Amino acid sequence: MRRWLYLLPVLVFGLMAAGFYFGLGIDENVLPSPLIDEEAPHFDLPPLPGRAKGFSSADLQGHVSLVNAFASWCAPCREEHNVLKVLADTKRVPIYGIDYKDKGQAALDWIAALGDPYTSIGADDGQVGIEWGVYGVPETFLVDRTGHVRYKHVGPLSAADIDNTILPLVGRLEQ
Amino acid sequence: MKGYLRSFLVALAGLDPAIHVFSRAARKQRRGPPGQARGRGIFGNGGRLGLILAIASVLFAACAIPAHAVRPDEMLADPALEARARDIGKELRCLVCRNQSIDDSEADLAHDLRVLVRQRLAAGDTNRQVVDYVVSRYGDFVLLKPPFKLDTWLLWGGPALVLLFGLWGAGRYLRRQARVSAPPPLSPAEQQRLARILDESAP
Repeated sequence: MRRWLYLLPVLVFGLMAAGFYFGLGIDENVLPSPLIDEEAPHFDLPPLPGRAKGFSSADLQGHVSLVNAFASWCAPCREEHNVLKVLADTKRVPIYGIDYKDKGQAALDWIAALGDPYTSIGADDGQVGIEWGVYGVPETFLVDRTGHVRYKHVGPLSAADIDNTILPLVGRLEQ
Repeated sequence: MKGYLRSFLVALAGLDPAIHVFSRAARKQRRGPPGQARGRGIFGNGGRLGLILAIASVLFAACAIPAHAVRPDEMLADPALEARARDIGKELRCLVCRNQSIDDSEADLAHDLRVLVRQRLAAGDTNRQVVDYVVSRYGDFVLLKPPFKLDTWLLWGGPALVLLFGLWGAGRYLRRQARVSAPPPLSPAEQQRLARILDESAP
């Protein structure tokens, strides 16, 4: 018993070191979303100026969808845009855009210059962003056929994220 | 608001000597009767130091005003509702700047959340309902004071656990101290050996 007590500091140190080591791997910018496995928010966003179709929660029913919050003023979104175009070309999953706190014309110019991977885009002044728990752009959500949020990605999606996480998850959600 | 009032009063108190400096009678009084040496000591200096101190205290008092980011155009007309909105705003974390409340933050998201809190209050929500809504969107992290629940028990209970562990250790140590008893008596062989050693060392 007493000999075991001498090992206690070593044990405590080991536990703390392990805790800190795993803590180092946590990206503090990524917050867990309470929306996971919950029904997606109800909203109805108007279209960008001059376009016919906006984006509302009704669009999320009956098929798996990717919801991407972006803005023309967001530099990482520009980087992500190419990845989204590649994903759109696979035609595996429709991509809906929430144009977050953006000027309509700026978003139209951005789409015109860089291409449009979105099935439809809604213009948001920030209120619907809050509904989705958006605290920065870009953020991306996967919504299943019943309109429940199943996955959230914070920050720009990379090609590896698409191949390793998004597409396999789309396959699983479609089953 | 109370802090604001207090800093205002402090500013007034600090200003007091300055008012005297500007009145000619007071200046004369400070200088003393004519013929006496001027500029002796710190207060004989025509009250200039008093003026400097007064200005400094006003400036410091101005700094003491709490740094609120709430804009006048966000505020509700009803002071009771606005006070509730402030209470809620102090509890909610700005997720852009992380260690500021939404009331203290200049971030766009904090502004949007302040407006949302006020909209919900104006629509008749209780404080609890407003906070619950924001938590349902952003999770517990949006609360500056984490709630006590299953995954936070270690956070809240940690200090108590450490205290209990310390008490257990201290109790163990003290009990062992009390239990230190006389060593067992020497065996006959040991007694013989002891006698021999004592004989040898005797002169």
